[in-house]
Amino acid sequence: MSALTYTLVDSRTLLKRNLRRLRRYPSMTLLLIGMPIVFLLLFVYVFGGQLSHGLSSGLAGGQLGRGGYLNYVTPGILLMTVAATVQGTAIVVAMDMTSGIIDRFRTMAIARAAVLTGHVLASLIQTLASIAVVLAVAVALGFGPTAGALDWLGAVGLVALFAFALIWLATALGLAAKSVETASNTPMFLTLLPFLGSGFVPAGSMPDGLRQFATYQPFTPVTETLRGLLTGTHIGSHAVLAIAWSVAIALGSYVWAMRLYKRRQPR
Amino acid sequence: MSGGREAAIAVSGLGKSFGETMVLENVDLTVAEGTVFALLGPNGAGKTTIVRILSTLIAADAGEARVAGHGVIEDPDGVRAAIGVTGQFSALDDLMTGEENLRLMADLHHLRRAAGRARVDELLERFDLVDAARRPASTYSGGMRRRLDLAMTLVGSPRVIFLDEPTTGLDPRSRRTMWDSIRDLAAGGVTIFLTTQYLDEADHLADRIAVLDRGRIVAEGSADELKRRVPGGHVRLQFATPEALSMAAELLETDSRDDEKLVIQVPGDGGVGSLRRLLDQLDDARVEIDQLSIHTPDLDDVFFAVTGHPTEEEALQK
Repeated sequence: MSALTYTLVDSRTLLKRNLRRLRRYPSMTLLLIGMPIVFLLLFVYVFGGQLSHGLSSGLAGGQLGRGGYLNYVTPGILLMTVAATVQGTAIVVAMDMTSGIIDRFRTMAIARAAVLTGHVLASLIQTLASIAVVLAVAVALGFGPTAGALDWLGAVGLVALFAFALIWLATALGLAAKSVETASNTPMFLTLLPFLGSGFVPAGSMPDGLRQFATYQPFTPVTETLRGLLTGTHIGSHAVLAIAWSVAIALGSYVWAMRLYKRRQPR
Repeated sequence: MSGGREAAIAVSGLGKSFGETMVLENVDLTVAEGTVFALLGPNGAGKTTIVRILSTLIAADAGEARVAGHGVIEDPDGVRAAIGVTGQFSALDDLMTGEENLRLMADLHHLRRAAGRARVDELLERFDLVDAARRPASTYSGGMRRRLDLAMTLVGSPRVIFLDEPTTGLDPRSRRTMWDSIRDLAAGGVTIFLTTQYLDEADHLADRIAVLDRGRIVAEGSADELKRRVPGGHVRLQFATPEALSMAAELLETDSRDDEKLVIQVPGDGGVGSLRRLLDQLDDARVEIDQLSIHTPDLDDVFFAVTGHPTEEEALQK
C-alpha cells in the first residue's frame, strides 16, 4: 500500500473510533445542538415580532411579522450551530491530547495526519447532522425556503466548507489548550460572531465601528450567501468572499494544528 | 549489520535537558536481542525520559540511539513499526470496551479482518479479559487496565517492548500476574526493556540491570553481580536479656551488636539452609531468641552501595 492509502485507511479507522466516542458521549452533542435551538425559539418568539418591523420584505422572504423574521434569522442560526458544535471539536481533541492514548498513537507507525483528520471528519459529520436537526426545527416552526435543487446543493456545500474551516480552527485551539476546560472556552467567541454580523439583524443597522466590523468579518459573507441560496435574497460578491474566507481559515488552521501536533510534548 | 547480529537497543552518549535541568547525561546502553533489560532507579532518575526517547516520543539533545536497527531520529517510523510501548499512564480509550480497544489497535496495524479478530480473541483469552471484553474500559480495575494496556501493545507483535514501571500501583496479586505475562513474552523471544523502582522486580525478570541515578548510569550487570556489591543482606536477631546477647555474639563471632536494643546482625541472604544452621547453632548453646527478622537488599541498599548516597525518598524519610 502507498503512503496515501495508509493515510486514508488510518484516517477511516480513527474516524470510526471518534464517531463511536461521540455516540458514547451523547450529552455533549445534545447540549451543543440545544443552544442554537434555544436561540432560535428565543429570537423568533420573544424578539421576532418586534425585530421584523425593521426588515424589508425582500429580506423577510416576502412574509410579514414573526414568520418573516424566522426566514431572516434561520441562516444565522444554522451558522451558529456550526460555531457551537466546533466547540465540541476543541473539547474532544483536548480530551484526547490529555489522555495517554495519544502517546500510544504517536509510538505507532500511523500516518502522520491521520489522528487529526480522524477528528476533523468525525466533527464534520457531527456538525452536518446537527445542522439537519436545527433546520428541521426551523422548518417545523414555519421556515419556508425557496431554494431549488441547485441552491440546496450550493447551501450544503457552503455549510460543509465553512464547517470544515471552523473545525480545523477548533482542532488547533483544542491542541493549543493546556486543559479540557480551556479548550471548552477558547472557541466560545465563534458563537458570538453571528450576532456581530448579519445573522440576527442587518449589519447596516449597527453604529459606526461595529458596522464596519460586522460587514467585513467572515460570518457575514457566509450568512449572506446562505441566506441568498435558501431564501432568494441578493448574494452578489458575498459568495466569492465566503469561499475565500473559508479556504483561508481552513488552510491557516490546518498548518497551525499540524505544527502544534508535531511539537506536542508527551504528558 | 557488521560483526554478527545488531543489538536490539544501542544507545551511546545520550543526553537530555529540560530547560536548565539536566535529565540525562552521557547514557550508554546495549540490549541484546531476545533479552530482558531492566532500568532500575528511583522516581525522577530519568527512566521515563529514556523510554520516551527510545520510543520516538521526544528527541534527545545529544547522542545516538538505535532500536531494532533503526535510528530514532533518522527513521522514527522504522522504530515505531518494530516496537510496542506500555507507559506509566494507561493508554486506553475509556469510552470504548476492551474488545474495541484491541480492535482499534488491530486496524491501526493494518491486520486483515479475520487475522485481526483472531489476534484480539487470542489476547483477550491470554490476559483473562474475555468476561470483561464487552464492558467499557472505564469500569476496569487497576490490574485489568494494565493487562488491557499490555494486550494492546502486543496486537502488532512487536519485536521490542518498552514497559515503563509496569507494576507501579498494582496490588501484589496483579503484580505477580504481570510478571508472569512478562516472562511469557521473554520466553517467546521478544526483547524487553523495562523500568522499575523495585530491585526484586528487576531481579525476577531481567537478564541485565542498569542502575540510573540523576540521569547517569551508575552500575550495570546481572542481578547477582549487583547484589554482590550490596552488603545489606542480613539476619537480625533480638534477645530478651543482655546475657543472651553476649552469648550469641560470642558464639556467632560478630561485632555488629547493639547493646541498647539487644540486637545483633548476622550477614547472610536469609536462605532456608543458612537460617537453619544459624538457629541450630543458637539452640545447641541454649540461647533464646526473642525476635528474628530477615533483611534482603532492596533498591535503597543497591543504591547506597553504588552511589554512596541514599535515594532521595529515603533521604527525605530520615
